Amino acid sequence: MLTAQTMTAKKPLDAALRRDLSFAVQEFNADYAETLDRGDIEAWPSYFTEDGIYRLIARDNADSSLPLSLMSCEGMGMLKDRAYAIAHTEMFAPRYVQHQISPARVTDFDGEIITAQANYVILETLVDEPTRLLQCGKYRDKFLMQGDRLLIKERNCIYDTVLVPTCIVYPP
Amino acid sequence: MTNTCRFNDAAEAHAAPDVSDLVWPNDPAEIPDWIYTDQRIYDLEQARIFQGRTWNYIALDCELPNPGDYIRSYIGATPIIVARDKDGKVHAFENRCAHRGAEFCKSYRGNTKQFICPYHQWTYDLSGALASVPFRRGVKGVGGMPADFKLEDHHLRSLNVTTRHGVVFASFRDDIESFEDYLGPDMLDQFDTVFDGRPLKLLGVHRNVMPGNWKLYQENLKDPYHATLLHTYLTTFGLFVAGNKTMIMTDPKGRHSTLCNARPQGRPENDQTKSEIRSFHAAMQLADPRVIQLIPEKDSPWTSNAITIWPNLILLRQTNILGARQIVPMGPNQFMLIWTTFGFADDDTAMEQHRLRQNNIFGPGGFIGIDDNEAIKFVQDGVMRSIPRHGVAPLGKDVEGPEVVITDRAIRSMYRHYREEMGL
Repeated sequence: MLTAQTMTAKKPLDAALRRDLSFAVQEFNADYAETLDRGDIEAWPSYFTEDGIYRLIARDNADSSLPLSLMSCEGMGMLKDRAYAIAHTEMFAPRYVQHQISPARVTDFDGEIITAQANYVILETLVDEPTRLLQCGKYRDKFLMQGDRLLIKERNCIYDTVLVPTCIVYPP
Repeated sequence: MTNTCRFNDAAEAHAAPDVSDLVWPNDPAEIPDWIYTDQRIYDLEQARIFQGRTWNYIALDCELPNPGDYIRSYIGATPIIVARDKDGKVHAFENRCAHRGAEFCKSYRGNTKQFICPYHQWTYDLSGALASVPFRRGVKGVGGMPADFKLEDHHLRSLNVTTRHGVVFASFRDDIESFEDYLGPDMLDQFDTVFDGRPLKLLGVHRNVMPGNWKLYQENLKDPYHATLLHTYLTTFGLFVAGNKTMIMTDPKGRHSTLCNARPQGRPENDQTKSEIRSFHAAMQLADPRVIQLIPEKDSPWTSNAITIWPNLILLRQTNILGARQIVPMGPNQFMLIWTTFGFADDDTAMEQHRLRQNNIFGPGGFIGIDDNEAIKFVQDGVMRSIPRHGVAPLGKDVEGPEVVITDRAIRSMYRHYREEMGL
């Protein structure tokens, strides 16, 4: 709950700093998308911190404060297990996926952690089928700044496309 | 807890489509493609199965804990609302205004005192009874309802509702056996293994649309043959291998089934069946094995029970995952799956987190959920796009007992019952 006290306690980010941080997050998201879009799922965990959290949550569950995720990883072990399962144990038709990620909106920076969000759309193309919308949603992120490098400390993907078409193979 | 159904044999009112050109093959192992693709068969299924003498899963009690709570749901393809009234009684009624037919409730879930159709503000109470209509006497004595208009003639059509151990079922029919008799003693025993009467806690809901005929999903859970062949995750990480103690049983009518499996302690390195499974990765260990860790909580010899309750429910207990999957047909070539995931109300925080973590296995993004969803699409693509013929389900013998699991016996028994219900 946002109260008058917390609103006055928090200073707005310096405009120039906010532009720099937004640009850094956008570059990060572009690299993240490129890795997934070329199907290099086993490189996906490298975008996270060792204790990184990843969740894919239907918007209706989020709105009702229901804790179930469609995918959830707590830490590098679960991230790598998810990547391994996709690369080596799951059976699915070959597909192209393509992320379109909106410009990032940085809402907070405490000197170490950047809080940001961005909208995403994922298009999916199966063999001999027209391209379709797989997901549209919002990333709600916390990035750890390590030197000039960002890593995901927490990424919550909240998707509006509640009625999932067949299944979601690659993490958004 | 039984309501009176207000459908008055609506199912019989429709003229049955002429399906005399569709002839079921003589060989009991053959299943014709047209049951997955023909619109007339789909229409007949709605009338004879979903609107017939069946108990259909519609909700969990824990989705509507308080008076005024409601959810959107379905019985067959028909949109309904399940609501709890002021006295705590659960009602189910059609999500279609008695006036102009509007599907008026467009929220997944909520709490309300009444339902108001936004088009002309016809207002219904929590049992679906029509409570008021605007301008009943018109304006300045002109217009309005006919003098003989009675509110009680325009209630929402309601369904016969029954509840067992926190699970809510509904039927279009009043002349139907009790839910307990519908399941029979063996399936009821399996049902009570998943739902032992302890209060449940809702963890969340997944929804996906599957490009396949709804019966393919029933088949999938009656098919132990595929489990170790398709689901490489299960065999790779030792959750289920063909040498496990496994059982597939059906009720006497052949319509319900349970597939039980007891997971071995440790890894199945010495399982001789694994050489048959091309995909076995003997050296693989999970980096974080919490996802498949079994926390003992049930006095049951089985670590998983996959129960199919005809016609629209799959109940699944796998390790510490508890879930209900509701099948909602959407025409012959697709259906919706609603995956309702829950724990027990008395779970501590650690147990709830464990169940949530483990749910990575199932759902439309699950380690093995993905396999089944894709396989069903592959089958539907095949039967829709190739020259129609009969598929085969030839494995095992019908006289064999539940311990024989490399078998299609439960699929054949489902279709024997299906043909009787459908008159095919």
